[in-house]
Amino acid sequence: MIDIVINVTLLAFLAITAVAALRLTNLFAIVMLFGIFSLLSAGLFVVMDAPDVAFTEAAVGAGISTVLMLATLALVKRPQKPYYAEAPRTHTPWLPLIVVIITGSALVYGTWDIPGFGAPGAPAQTHVARDYIDNALQETGVPNVVTAVLASYRGFDTLGEVVVVYTAGVAVLLLIGGRRSKAAARTKDKEKPDEA
Amino acid sequence: MRPNLILHVVAKFVIPLIILFALYVQFHGDFGPGGGFQAGVIFSVALILYALVFGLEPAEKIIPSNWLHKLAALGVVIYAGVGVASLLLGGNYLDYTFLGSNQVAGQHLGILLVELGVGITVASVMLILFFAFAGRARK
Repeated sequence: MIDIVINVTLLAFLAITAVAALRLTNLFAIVMLFGIFSLLSAGLFVVMDAPDVAFTEAAVGAGISTVLMLATLALVKRPQKPYYAEAPRTHTPWLPLIVVIITGSALVYGTWDIPGFGAPGAPAQTHVARDYIDNALQETGVPNVVTAVLASYRGFDTLGEVVVVYTAGVAVLLLIGGRRSKAAARTKDKEKPDEA
Repeated sequence: MRPNLILHVVAKFVIPLIILFALYVQFHGDFGPGGGFQAGVIFSVALILYALVFGLEPAEKIIPSNWLHKLAALGVVIYAGVGVASLLLGGNYLDYTFLGSNQVAGQHLGILLVELGVGITVASVMLILFFAFAGRARK
């Protein structure tokens, strides 16, 4: 019973946050709303007994991403004016509305066949997960099954993820990290001589 | 930057706790929730908080950026190196069983080392990202 109340409250707040982030034009406020959105998602994951995922969502989604987006905001340094106020209206809203309603109802219809949350007969529960839960402790000696799967059974997968993180760091360094070359700096200064 | 006494005092109090918690999450990931990814992020948050409160230059003095570049690569090397080590000891790639005297000991050691590699790479890449963005704003 209390789970349902918490779920409904968190999902309602999620929807409100999402709509508010869409409607606002102040980028600073939107970044803060993104952080709140991640924190609410982390709460939902905790209710679903997935503390590892909640941990990641709270640390990465609500923590680091917010800081990085604020740093980007400080970089661009101008409040984003809504561009759609000046944009000419080239279409009526009816066609997109109909498409969205049809797609949404198809998706909702698709959820009817999904087994209930945590149902014992669900394919996710009967296939390989049972094997992990039964054997992980004997085979690896690690009580946390998530860690055993992540680092041992699916070690290749995690190696790929670490390489992806490393590649992201290298890409950011190549794009905006290192010193600007003198030639590029000079041409940029020549283009905008009045901007210090 | 205008010094803010309350922020300085609170940050100095909180940063050691954050680092301690990161180490706990890193090395206790076998038993509780957490692991290398979360620990790396939390560890980098401690230094980002320091940079936000005390400024970018003092933070870059703690860990110079060329160290960060090498650490990010070091984590990947540790992870891949565990795989090569298990290959040389007679197992498959990333099969930790042969790292220890028996299967459980080998798996335990392998998971610990792999998570350490993950943590080092994630922490240093997060700091690289932050210093890249924040350093760009300073120019």
